[in-house]
Amino acid sequence: MTGEKTEFKWVGTRAIRPDGHDKVTGRAKFGSDFALPGMLQGRVLRSPHAHARIRSIDTSAAEALPGVKGVITSADFADQSSELAAAGEALVNYRDMVRNVMAREKALYDGHAVAAVAATSAEIAEAALELISVDYEVLDHVIDVDLAMEPGAPILDEELEPAGMEASGPTNIAKRVDFDLGDVEEGFAKAEVVLERSYTTAAVHQGYIEPHAAVASVSEDGQAQIWCCTQGQFMVRAYTARLCGMETSQIRVTPSEIGGGFGGKTVVYLEPLATALSRKTGRPVKMIMSREEVFRASGPTSAGSMTYRIGATRDGVITAFEGTIRLEAGAFPGSPVQPACMCAVAPYDIKNVRLTGYDVVVNRPKVAAYRAPGAPISAFGAESIIDELAKELGFDPLQLRLKNAAKQGTKAAYGPTFRRIGFEETVEEAVASEHYSAPLGPNQGRGVASGFWFNIGGESAATVNITEDGTAVVVSGNPDIGGSRASLALMAAEELGIDYSKVRPIVGDTSSVGYNFLTGGSRVTFATGLAVVEAARDAVRQLCERAAKIWEVESDGVIWRDGHAVPASSNVGDFEPLSLADIAGQSPKTGGPICGHNAQNVQGAGPGFATHICDVEVDPETGRVTILRYTAVQDVGRAIHPSYVEGQIQGGAVQGIGWALNEEYIYNERGQLENPGFLDYRIPVASDLPMIETVVVEVPNDRHPYGVRGVGEVPIVPPMAAVANAIENATGVRMEHLPMSPPRLLAALDAARLPEAAE
Amino acid sequence: MQSVQFEAPGTVEQAVALLAGATGDARVLAGGTDLLVQLRSHLVDPALVVDIKHIEETRTLVRNADGSYTIGSAVAGAEAHENAQFVADWPGVMEAWDLIGSTQIQGRASLGGNLCNASPAADSVPAMIVAGMTANIAGPGGRRSVPVGEVPVAPGRTSLANGEFVVSFTLPARPAGGGDAYLRLIPRTEMDIAVVGCGVALVLDGGGTVTSARVSLGAVAPTVLLVEDAARAIIGTTLDDDALAALDAACQAACSPINDKRGTIVYRTQVAGVLARRAARIAAERAGSR
Repeated sequence: MTGEKTEFKWVGTRAIRPDGHDKVTGRAKFGSDFALPGMLQGRVLRSPHAHARIRSIDTSAAEALPGVKGVITSADFADQSSELAAAGEALVNYRDMVRNVMAREKALYDGHAVAAVAATSAEIAEAALELISVDYEVLDHVIDVDLAMEPGAPILDEELEPAGMEASGPTNIAKRVDFDLGDVEEGFAKAEVVLERSYTTAAVHQGYIEPHAAVASVSEDGQAQIWCCTQGQFMVRAYTARLCGMETSQIRVTPSEIGGGFGGKTVVYLEPLATALSRKTGRPVKMIMSREEVFRASGPTSAGSMTYRIGATRDGVITAFEGTIRLEAGAFPGSPVQPACMCAVAPYDIKNVRLTGYDVVVNRPKVAAYRAPGAPISAFGAESIIDELAKELGFDPLQLRLKNAAKQGTKAAYGPTFRRIGFEETVEEAVASEHYSAPLGPNQGRGVASGFWFNIGGESAATVNITEDGTAVVVSGNPDIGGSRASLALMAAEELGIDYSKVRPIVGDTSSVGYNFLTGGSRVTFATGLAVVEAARDAVRQLCERAAKIWEVESDGVIWRDGHAVPASSNVGDFEPLSLADIAGQSPKTGGPICGHNAQNVQGAGPGFATHICDVEVDPETGRVTILRYTAVQDVGRAIHPSYVEGQIQGGAVQGIGWALNEEYIYNERGQLENPGFLDYRIPVASDLPMIETVVVEVPNDRHPYGVRGVGEVPIVPPMAAVANAIENATGVRMEHLPMSPPRLLAALDAARLPEAAE
Repeated sequence: MQSVQFEAPGTVEQAVALLAGATGDARVLAGGTDLLVQLRSHLVDPALVVDIKHIEETRTLVRNADGSYTIGSAVAGAEAHENAQFVADWPGVMEAWDLIGSTQIQGRASLGGNLCNASPAADSVPAMIVAGMTANIAGPGGRRSVPVGEVPVAPGRTSLANGEFVVSFTLPARPAGGGDAYLRLIPRTEMDIAVVGCGVALVLDGGGTVTSARVSLGAVAPTVLLVEDAARAIIGTTLDDDALAALDAACQAACSPINDKRGTIVYRTQVAGVLARRAARIAAERAGSR
């Protein structure tokens, strides 16, 4: 499909974003901004225990409080059978989901919802929560993934039957996955250097600035409307319908503007509760989470523990890679251990790979997706051990990566053979960068690391409506978390041949546009973009037909050029070009409205690769790390809107730096979260960071009309190892555990200094 | 949340009468950068809030004839910057004050609030202690002045009696050959609470020998510490390596921190020594440059 055009009028420009004015002026409506007349305020009672059996819940005193209109518990939700059900491209277990939104037999983490109240004011709802009496039997808890796998660990679910392995008794292991390529024993036999190392990463929250919020209104005839902040209005509709026992068509979900998601808003928390409360009370119900609730009860991504072995010949060929990756799923199965295994060494052409993954339940909130789920965890270890291997072999770390780089035709350990990819180009750009050869001062070091993410396609539907004055409305169904509206409008403008300012992109509600799988997997500009391009081409076909009618010629005698219908050749006749506005204005006489449609399950996502360079300075006396300079190189296929692409790359790098240096959950001995706020859950602040330099590489994806690959996830994959490798380069100390916070790094530096002092 | 009575008196006497007459928990509002956060997160539930910012004495920073300063307890950090002489005389006090919150918070955050919030990690307090500041307190029994270090007695608790509040501070004239400095460690660069804070004020003679010194540590004990052994370690020295090592050791010996979400005992103790050495060097540099 590519190669049609390489020169563009709109694609690749830094157009003004369509949501910009409203966001700058404060007019944009986010989740908590929505209100309806007669609306009640809902609040959630949450478990203070990390693990407890719920013997009984008495809500009578709360119900008797004046102003309280309704109280719900798990008894208000029908139980669901344990099976993996398709929800778009995702597989979900509704038995787990109904227990996650409202604890049934057990509370499984500090913050787990156990009841919810709707009242005439937030104050009354909060007072009512204190009147709910829950009889808990407190149980031993386990949070660390390695401890949860040990015999004798507290068991979260006695009925859990692990997939992919045999279990001799109750276990917290939900699943084992295996990936094999070639013969690792043979690979290690060929190796002249073999390293074995273990690494751990901490659980981290997505850290979106906007807490979860929803308003639900169920009317007397059983129809429901939901307004909420989400990455997928169709996901909310499907999950809420199932959990509340409603038909999908009876629920209309309208997504608000969204203050960040990063994967954390691909699940439901409040929407089924607000819907159940609205149904029970007959009033609209609004629910918003506090920041504390966001930390205690939503997200995070998994903590991980991994052991890797790598073998190479002295001339730098990696001959074998073997690893075991253990990821925390939180309270219910479903960690991203599979993509973690699949992505670990995907940038490399290694003939012999064996990876085993374990999905392990622990007493934390059920994990939610976070930018390239699983990949940053497994890549931290992989890119660290490759750095150490380079040092061992006397190779420049980028040259070792180039020597082993996956390219077109490489068979990846996770299955497919790569088509045209741009990994080598990212490494070559990094090598050639001024940054890579810039001088370093005392206590300073430089690290590099690479990363991979699949990017995905999936179900998308879009409409391009030509208006009577010759402008266009693009209706798509994906909440815009990374600039998709601007990108979709640019592609539509390019196809229609009209000015970008004449294209208005909107995000439709679930009843106004066909089904769209949620915003995630770096799919929207690629997949929904493809649907928009096809919808625009459908509109163009109709425009050409209308021109043919006006000219009274055959429809194949008209082609579309620069926003005008023109005769395909002089044989058709001599007609003045008709603009889009000319044709639109005559549409009532030529057949009625002109609406382009497209709906498809988009295939052909192009894998994304990145290579990052990080300079640090380490304070040897305090263990504080300063990021001095950071360059992120990434193959994006084609940058439809370069500013957004750069912003995505910068944002991903920054979140990775936070993951590397300071982000962690701190629990007390009772398993209660001690740092549920941004003061002590330390994401980077602006002054912590240099400007993140970006180098955009464009190796087009041949399965998209403009070559789009997907951008948003790859940039969070390399940073943790890039920072660790830079710290090693500065200090000689290899950090194998995240976060590399000042106390941890100082302890490691001191441990390394002790032998010197003894000499 | 119960309903709150809010008062904004114009005189010290009115404020004292309101505070002394309160039936429930009464809170003094200066900049409010701690109190409002505590109200919103339901950490406090007062019956009375008394805003002291309408009392002129709490809102003025003046240099007195003898070179000392009187600083209103509700003067904001951003306002203090407008007095160039103050900034030049006491750079350590100013840099500690500058660390209370973001730029926005700086327009409100006051020394009175930072002291009376009684956090052991309060950034301005070690700097105030080493500068020799006193708190001027008004109450039902009249006025009294005490060294600032005597105001906080435990995390969240002060020695102020019922009806008392801090009206202003007295900061001595900067001694000839004097210099001060404050350093803190946080994992980030701002928007964080000190894991360890250290203030040093000292006086050098013409030959660069320390003739007097005060060293204070924050966040390593239930209250901010004045570490006299640390001062003794550097008095009479030229801050040579041995003196700095002794300073480091004395600070570490004085620490009795806890393990919490902001730091470990080992880390806080070790870093207290590091910051003391660094702050002493900066203070000496400032003293020498005068």
